[in-house]
Amino acid sequence: MTIMKNITDGNAVGSLLKSGLSLNDHRNLILQRTKETGFYDGRKNLELKESDPIAYERIFSKLRAGLVSSREVAKKIAASPIVEQEGELCFTLYNVAGDCIATSTGIIIHVGTMGAAIKYMIQNNWEANPGINPGDMFTNNDCQIGNVHPCDIATIVPIFHDDTLVGWVGGVTHVIDVGAVGPGSMSNGQIQRFGDGVQITCRKTGVNDTPLRDWLHESQRNVRTPKYWILDEKTRIAGCHMIRDLVEETIREEGVEAYEQFAMEVVEDGRRGLTSRIKSMTIPGTYKTVAFVDVPYSHEDVAVPSPFAKVDTIMHAPCEITVKPDATWRLDFEGCSRWGWHTYNANPVAFTSGIWVMMTQTLVPTERINDGARYATEFRLPKGTWTNPDDRRTAHADAWHFLVSSWSSLWRGISRSYFGRGYLEEVNAGNSNPCNWLQGGGINQEGEIHAVNSFETAACGTGACAVKDGLNHAAAIWNPEGDMGDIEIWELAEPLLYMGRTIKTNSGGYGKYRGGLGFETLRMVWGSADWTMFFMGNGYMNSDWGLMGGYPSATGYRFEAHETGLLDRIRDGMSLPQGKDLNPDMPEFEKHISPSAKVKRDKQCITTEAIFENGDLYLNYLRGGPGFGDPLDRDPKAVEEDLNQNFLLPSYAEKVYGVSAMRDEDGHWEVDLKETEIRRKVIRQARVAAGVPVRDWMEQERVKILDHDASVQVKQMFASSFALSPKFLAEFKSFWDLPDHWQLLEESLGIPMFGAKHHMDISELPDVHPVIMTEQ
Amino acid sequence: MTTYTKKQVTDLVKGELDWDSLHQMLSMPKDKERYGQYMEVLQEQVSWDDRILLPLGPHLFIVETGDNTLVTKCGCGHNFGDYRQNWKLNALVYVRDNETKMSEVYPKLMAPHTDWQVYREYYCPTCGTMHDVEAPTPWYPVIHDFQPNLKAFFDWLDMPAPANA
Ligand SMILES: [Zn+2]
Repeated sequence: MTIMKNITDGNAVGSLLKSGLSLNDHRNLILQRTKETGFYDGRKNLELKESDPIAYERIFSKLRAGLVSSREVAKKIAASPIVEQEGELCFTLYNVAGDCIATSTGIIIHVGTMGAAIKYMIQNNWEANPGINPGDMFTNNDCQIGNVHPCDIATIVPIFHDDTLVGWVGGVTHVIDVGAVGPGSMSNGQIQRFGDGVQITCRKTGVNDTPLRDWLHESQRNVRTPKYWILDEKTRIAGCHMIRDLVEETIREEGVEAYEQFAMEVVEDGRRGLTSRIKSMTIPGTYKTVAFVDVPYSHEDVAVPSPFAKVDTIMHAPCEITVKPDATWRLDFEGCSRWGWHTYNANPVAFTSGIWVMMTQTLVPTERINDGARYATEFRLPKGTWTNPDDRRTAHADAWHFLVSSWSSLWRGISRSYFGRGYLEEVNAGNSNPCNWLQGGGINQEGEIHAVNSFETAACGTGACAVKDGLNHAAAIWNPEGDMGDIEIWELAEPLLYMGRTIKTNSGGYGKYRGGLGFETLRMVWGSADWTMFFMGNGYMNSDWGLMGGYPSATGYRFEAHETGLLDRIRDGMSLPQGKDLNPDMPEFEKHISPSAKVKRDKQCITTEAIFENGDLYLNYLRGGPGFGDPLDRDPKAVEEDLNQNFLLPSYAEKVYGVSAMRDEDGHWEVDLKETEIRRKVIRQARVAAGVPVRDWMEQERVKILDHDASVQVKQMFASSFALSPKFLAEFKSFWDLPDHWQLLEESLGIPMFGAKHHMDISELPDVHPVIMTEQ
Repeated sequence: MTTYTKKQVTDLVKGELDWDSLHQMLSMPKDKERYGQYMEVLQEQVSWDDRILLPLGPHLFIVETGDNTLVTKCGCGHNFGDYRQNWKLNALVYVRDNETKMSEVYPKLMAPHTDWQVYREYYCPTCGTMHDVEAPTPWYPVIHDFQPNLKAFFDWLDMPAPANA
């Protein structure tokens, strides 16, 4: 058992492994053998799998089942609805080098983020100081190490056998608050790391299986919601210890040699698994795609501490996917825009690891996803971009704002493969931008300091498939097992009553198959003492696109109302707004609140803390998914169904779908098939009449570019991408046939450009050796 | 490995396949034969004889013509030119770049603001089919979505590649 000496003294270097190697040398040799041979750790033959396939499968099944069940058991400890209702947790098992062997279900983006934390400890000689011993616990949520955002807290426990390190287990939960400037787990009032909430860098927070008291005292007072924080930590520790027991039991049963061999071979097996799926499902070639999202910060309802952040910008992520003849692939994000003074920056690990969340829903839908897939993939994320910042001040609290958008474009790219090969069942037009994030805090209905982040976002509309509509209010890209959560539970967790929860009409992208619809909930503040809330989502832009003729989903908008008079109306038995904002251009809620209410109904979907009194209203609109195929190909009967279900506003049935429908006395819609056929013919003719040959349109657009005629945010986006990527600039100039002297410099835009020229990377801190796993 | 009948593939293309079979397709390893069956089904849907090599959309195909050149072709027969070039450059485009044009497709508050983002709809000049909708910022170059490596693809399929791939 651990003796006190080991707690403060580090290990003699090389004493943790039988080989006598330091953890860093051990890992570097694996990387070297992988590079030289193309096989993980040079394992050309899977000796255990080939010689004793049953033992191999037995070990895998036991570990995987144990990971899944540990998650289910541990989940019950948590009180936070984010963990307990939404399942925002995950447990992952790693080999000694920090490469993932197997993972549970849940927010599996953390396969990579926790692996990056382990690798950071390895590379920065944690074994010498603070030491790695049986019974230790390490806590990490540092975004500069690879975490997605500070609210994902990871507990990492080393696993030993006979005083030798045999692996690691990590558990992560999405906590409700990390003490950022604004309340809520993904807040956005701050613009730098220093306001992003508490960040813990692989700190030793427990010994002898016991959390250290200084850690408990310090961490609990640094967050707004200590009750949830404490139970979340217990959840992570319990899960990690269950999994550690499981590994110890497996070693007793199978022998340590077999376990260690398995822990290496399974990664190579995972690598081969991905290449075989690429070969069986995709088409070699080059796919180009792009994504954007709006960062509208010049608006008066965005209060940030620093004047240089008060600019409208657009985040930009072009991607070139190359599927190679050898069935490996490369994802190159050349041309991305610069990081910014907001909380939507991302570390490369968050980006690459998140891609596996997406791939498990399409290319590798198996429980065998592990770090092997990463070894079969080349990623390039250029340094200085939003997804690989070159400055240690960046904030990351809502990295999802753009991560989800940039992945949506990857669905489109890869779906072209599936469509081309006839695997239509796999085609997905993309994912919605899972937002709005209803967040806020203050003093809640229990009289306690509180913060909220409604995870109703976990059930947005999904993208359309090539053979069926997307699912309505079903899922979010970051958690394949999403759930909107029970109203009753949210009402216990938040001082916000539900006036209604209903499907969001017209939110899914149109198409032959439409995107899944989102939903909307209208919340009335009730029982709070001091309370603020804010909005977080896309509004001026869409972050998904349709596929092959389908439309993007609807964008977001904001509705909030103050001085509503609702408490009086309730007392007087008058009509109340019920939650359905059928057509935001023809407001309904306003008919059921005081005529003098202060209403904000606009496209400003990012705001910072605003004061909400009891009786005030907040509309939480969860987005729909993108559509597939020309809407004129949609079965008219499906449009009829959409009308009868209130999924579609009648005017768009006519204008977009070309469907002629009549409503009978009972309010039931019926399509006129013959009229529809005629109408669709007319629309096709109208398209031919209104459309311009692309090359003619390019001439007109080229003139605008020569004249620098575009909004500041569009020009800022291009200028920042041009400055980081001469290649992107050259391609742009070549496409538009621009003269050599044409240029667009950010300096010419008259906006602050802090960070563009002067920055300082985390690697410039003393003794810091960042783990770099992608080309940059 | 599970294989499927031509009827099942036909129903899949039509969007009429029963859920059990569709679920099987989703959950079982992929059937390599699908490509051949799919090409047969697609070929029967078009009125022309050029051989379909690869669909780029429900009505858009890379085909091999009688003289073995490879072009991108609309279901209606419209020829978009050499398959290595971006077919969009030979299409018609309708750009929704102001509030009025956006309002034709979404309520004002549910559509992008055109200072930030526009919709570019690409139509076939002959039949008016909308083959693609791009949603970029103004100024964004037309995107060449997909450049297949047909030679490597046919290699993967264990089939002879077209002469001019
Ligand atoms: Zn046509």
